[in-house]
Amino acid sequence: MGNKQTVFTHEQLEAYQDCTFFTRKEIMRLFYRYQDLAPQLIPLDYTTYPNVKVPYELIGSMPELKDNPFRQRIAQVFSEDGDGHMTLDNFLDMFSVMSEMAPRDLKAYYAFKIYDFNNDDYICAWDLEQTVTRLTRGELSAQEVSLVCEKVLDEADGDHDGRLSLEDFQNMILRAPDFLSTFHIRI
Amino acid sequence: MAFVLNVPETPDDWSQEPSPYDEDEVHHSFHQLIQEQSQWVGASGSEAGLQLTPGPAALLTVVDGDHQAGPGPEGAPAYSAATLRILASMPSRTIGRSRGAIISQYYNRTMQLRRCGRRPLLGAEGRGARPSLRSLDLELDPTAREEEEKRALLVTELQGLTGAQQDQLLRGMPLSLAEKRCLRQESRTPSGKQRGWQAQRGVWSCCSRLKYGCVLAFHNLGLGLLSGLSALTPWRYTLKRIGGQFGSSVLSYFLFLKTLLVSNALLLLPLLAFIVGVQAAFPPDPRGPAPTFTGLELLTGAGYFTHTVMYYGYYSNFTLNQPCTHPPDGAQCTPGAGDLPYNMPLAYLFTMGAIFFTTGITLVYSMSRSFGESYRVGSTLGIHAITVFCSWDYKVTQKWASRLQQDNLRTQLKELLAEWQLRQRPRSVCGRLRRAAVLLLVWFLCLATVLGCAVGVYTFSELMIQSPVATGQEVGLLVLPLVVSLANLLVPYLYRLLATLERHESPVLEVYVAVCRNLLLKAILLGILCYHWLGRRVGALKGQCWEDFVGQELYRFVVMDFIFTLLDTLFGELVWRLVSEKKSRSRRKPEFDIAGNLLQLIYGQTLTWLGVLFCPLLPAVQVLKLLLLFYVKKTSLMANCQAPRRPWLASHMSTVFLTLLCFPSFLGAAVFLCSAIWQVKPSSTCGPFQTLDTMYEAGKVWVRHLQRAGPRVSWLPWVYHYLLENTFLIFLVSALLLAVIYLNIQVVKGQRKVICLLKEQISNEGEDKMFLINKLHSVYEKKERSR
Repeated sequence: MGNKQTVFTHEQLEAYQDCTFFTRKEIMRLFYRYQDLAPQLIPLDYTTYPNVKVPYELIGSMPELKDNPFRQRIAQVFSEDGDGHMTLDNFLDMFSVMSEMAPRDLKAYYAFKIYDFNNDDYICAWDLEQTVTRLTRGELSAQEVSLVCEKVLDEADGDHDGRLSLEDFQNMILRAPDFLSTFHIRI
Repeated sequence: MAFVLNVPETPDDWSQEPSPYDEDEVHHSFHQLIQEQSQWVGASGSEAGLQLTPGPAALLTVVDGDHQAGPGPEGAPAYSAATLRILASMPSRTIGRSRGAIISQYYNRTMQLRRCGRRPLLGAEGRGARPSLRSLDLELDPTAREEEEKRALLVTELQGLTGAQQDQLLRGMPLSLAEKRCLRQESRTPSGKQRGWQAQRGVWSCCSRLKYGCVLAFHNLGLGLLSGLSALTPWRYTLKRIGGQFGSSVLSYFLFLKTLLVSNALLLLPLLAFIVGVQAAFPPDPRGPAPTFTGLELLTGAGYFTHTVMYYGYYSNFTLNQPCTHPPDGAQCTPGAGDLPYNMPLAYLFTMGAIFFTTGITLVYSMSRSFGESYRVGSTLGIHAITVFCSWDYKVTQKWASRLQQDNLRTQLKELLAEWQLRQRPRSVCGRLRRAAVLLLVWFLCLATVLGCAVGVYTFSELMIQSPVATGQEVGLLVLPLVVSLANLLVPYLYRLLATLERHESPVLEVYVAVCRNLLLKAILLGILCYHWLGRRVGALKGQCWEDFVGQELYRFVVMDFIFTLLDTLFGELVWRLVSEKKSRSRRKPEFDIAGNLLQLIYGQTLTWLGVLFCPLLPAVQVLKLLLLFYVKKTSLMANCQAPRRPWLASHMSTVFLTLLCFPSFLGAAVFLCSAIWQVKPSSTCGPFQTLDTMYEAGKVWVRHLQRAGPRVSWLPWVYHYLLENTFLIFLVSALLLAVIYLNIQVVKGQRKVICLLKEQISNEGEDKMFLINKLHSVYEKKERSR
């Protein structure tokens, strides 16, 4: 590949490299993946910072995301306006956070936002019900779902206000060393 | 908009609906509720009605201290709009969420980072992201102006760090990429950097700079090596496919296999460089006519391979490349230029010692690091929360794999609930007795099987000694490895059968019990074999080269292990799948048995470590075997298996298996090596230690030689006599180790207590908060009523 790419300026690539967990080669690879989603929409020249967004439907059809029950939330959390349509920056950000090298705190922050369905910065019982339903494809009975949510709140809610704050969530994540390996998308 | 305790009289601020993502305004989650409340109040006639925004109900806990989550406006507590506006600007609503708060938080962190963690003066503490009650100035103000201030301060702080530190901090911030690029841009402007340097130099401390410099240098070196290695690794895409279809649990087996492959390859390097390569360059005189190569050598290791670099017996017991032998009249001989004498026995001993020492240190280090990452104080609590939030594997990419994961999670959650409900209802005494009886019976059967296998192997080995194999009938040599491998293959299936009788409550416990039994079997069999080799064979093969024989035995065991693993894959996975497809309509593929396969890898590695002393090329055989195994297992997995249904805590299990690799496996091999070096008399007809009483004597001979050499190297014999031969040092080191372990245990106990206290404190603070909210609400209510 060398230095022959004309998509980004050298400074742009440097900036991307410093702000994400990817190397230059990986950033170029990710750019081509992004471009493949909508070849007629994405220009091959990003030196002028074009303001282009790939619609959510195309993002959600990526092989890494299409069978994930949380793909809509992931796209919403990382997109600029919360609607799921992603710019290249959002795209890189998303895969950078979901990569192997992102630290636990960063992943926990974004995982919290993903599981917070109503965007009120707390994971309340309704959010938990949504999460559990998607995790089990709706095959648990309502009583079981509410029992599970109750137990989760019992275990993780530190200040007993009936919902999980970011600190509660981070505290719980600390006790789960598997989190780093499961909250990981390989691209 | 500033929020102070005085409530504005008119709701003029609601005429313009703020955008949900405009963080300068009231937090948008409360926006809905405030509107609903305003409408409710308006409906009862005191205010103009506003439009109701539909949406999921925000949940607040009800008054009276009962913690109910009440969805819907009917159940929502009737807090007044004014109360809600104040609640919306609570510090806990803004931490970690709004940009301004993140920037504040990171500004504080950066500052602490650079000041070596010195606590900032209380008075000088600015308005942080979470103002405590100390700063009773309740004008909480998340406006754009403050965000700009904090941002400028953060940029200044960033300029004070080195480039690598900046990058590390920037990457870890939960801001959007565009924001990070702006911050990076601003902090990299040259004039800014100059200003930053001048201003902050006084505050830097040398030690923090050095520490961070070192840490980041290593980090960058590690990253560089990793990226280089990952470019080299040929299996990146394969591992991604395996992870995508089967999840992290099955992936952990393949990662373990890859690690063993790399470590064996690294083990091979010093062996090739210092022992095999040198001896191959100076081949000894042939002891007799070399046997012809028949295909059987690949299985038995004997025959053609006997007098090659492969085995101990080939290696010379004198100094190679010695320029001249001592002339009989005692005259001195001067070595020619370019002659490097190479003391083969010493090299053999030292290389073996060095590789075992390095392997041991590496294993202990990686085990301790893995342990530190995967075990936390209080990590066994909160299994429901962890199952809900941390078990969905985002790596899974196929529809059927995703559905399977969902099914597994459903089953897991159902089992957890059932387990909990069972614990609510304590079992009757009769039930408990019955359960204890079943457990005892199963354990008795398992131990009896192990004992039976042990006795069988022992008698068989004695039989092999009594009736030695004739030279033409070398196939007979394969019988002992065959018997042992057969036992290792079939007995675990028996254990699985017995395990269905005892129904454990927790699936993790089942895995641990199965691993324990399997391990016991393998350890006892290997123990008997080691005794057979070092105890009985040495005596039986007096006058012959027993080390060669032991080396060949271990080669045979390694090869047999490989063959039986292939057979297991064939019958356990392929045939099972075919049979189950024909017989049952459910098309349920066999599960990949992760624990069994991992233990098999550990067993193979133990054999390699046991045999390295007698067969220096055994790691090469192991490397080849692991390479073939990777492809065979991968193919079989993709074609025949499905992911395990039971939860497999990958992180814990990796630690457990790494510990098993270190403790029974490596320790056993090290004990075997030590007894071979220190206690057994080497054979007098072959090998580098022919003329000595023990292999260790080569070292002693060398020390004596050094003593005679002169005063300049006298410290080496001194070190040898007073540190290595003297047992006092070992006692001292052991005592220190025990003290360190004890202190660590006390520290962990103390930490556990502190965690309990902090949890209580959080709970109390939560109650305080609810109390204050309710009081606030009652104040406003009174105010409303009195108006």
